[in-house]
Amino acid sequence: MNRNEIVEGFKGGAIVALSSAPFAVLFGAVAVDNGLNLPEVALMSATVYAGASQLVGIELFGQYVAAWLVVLSIFAVNFRHVLYSAALTRYLTHFSLGQKLLAFFLLIDPQFAETVRRAESGKTITLEWYLAFAAVIYVPWLTFSVIGAAFGSMIGDPRVWAIDVLLPLYFLGIVVGFRRKPGFYPVVAASFIGSVLGYQFVGSPWHVSIGAAFGVLVAALLPLSPPPGTKTAKAGHS
Amino acid sequence: MNFALDPATAWLIIAAAVATYLTRVGGYVLITRMSTIPPRLEAALNAVPAAVLTTLCAPAFFNGGLDIKLAMLVALVVSLKYPGLIMLAAGWATAMLCRHAFGL
Repeated sequence: MNRNEIVEGFKGGAIVALSSAPFAVLFGAVAVDNGLNLPEVALMSATVYAGASQLVGIELFGQYVAAWLVVLSIFAVNFRHVLYSAALTRYLTHFSLGQKLLAFFLLIDPQFAETVRRAESGKTITLEWYLAFAAVIYVPWLTFSVIGAAFGSMIGDPRVWAIDVLLPLYFLGIVVGFRRKPGFYPVVAASFIGSVLGYQFVGSPWHVSIGAAFGVLVAALLPLSPPPGTKTAKAGHS
Repeated sequence: MNFALDPATAWLIIAAAVATYLTRVGGYVLITRMSTIPPRLEAALNAVPAAVLTTLCAPAFFNGGLDIKLAMLVALVVSLKYPGLIMLAAGWATAMLCRHAFGL
């Protein structure tokens, strides 16, 4: 057990827990509004554990859409996680199979982003750090969903305290942190255009998959940079 | 409030959880089935963080009001020099100022 790793995990995850708490409360409140009760809200936050798709699912619950369509929509919204687990596999090779299966269950957007950032800064991803980071997000996510379900009508407009800007800002900061990676600017430009077009013409949440596809495709088509590990590739990293 | 799980709803939630988990292990299953990873696939995987996270903030910027646009621009400039928490605070303060002092 490495205490330092656990402390670092807790610290990193605490920021995420704080900025996602309002969304957990919002989810709980909206879920109750759409006919779920408190244990069902808890079950969903505990097992699905994916903010955006939980809200999409809840929207559809309220409209009496066929069950398979609800599940398919949630699958589509979460499709980006396929890319996450594929990209993360190389950093988790020292985990046992059971540890990997647990790690992938907890693989939400910030967990993926921070794990990549940590691994690229040269640190080994330890199970202690990964689970500490996850736990300090998972437990509040579940707790605040239940609080939202219980006291949903009491929360006011998140705009008053500018809570709605926190998550976009958080993700923006992480994107900026990747700016020295090869192909960063064309990839980000393609994702930006793809997601904005997707948002306008197809609608949320499909813009995430569309934008990601644009960016990843551009990265695959760009001239290949020297393989990582060679001196020239490392020189650009901070 | 009713505190009993409705079986149909519970099963639907479990199915949604399974679908979500499949996406979270799917990439792992696919990538470990390949003996070697082609360089272009590797380049694509390297781009996943920047590509996906951009889509999570681009529409907020593009469709948001002047308050959100200014907050994100300030945060962008601050993030070039300062760590995440300061960037978050600067963007948040900008949004608060825009909304409460300038009525944007």
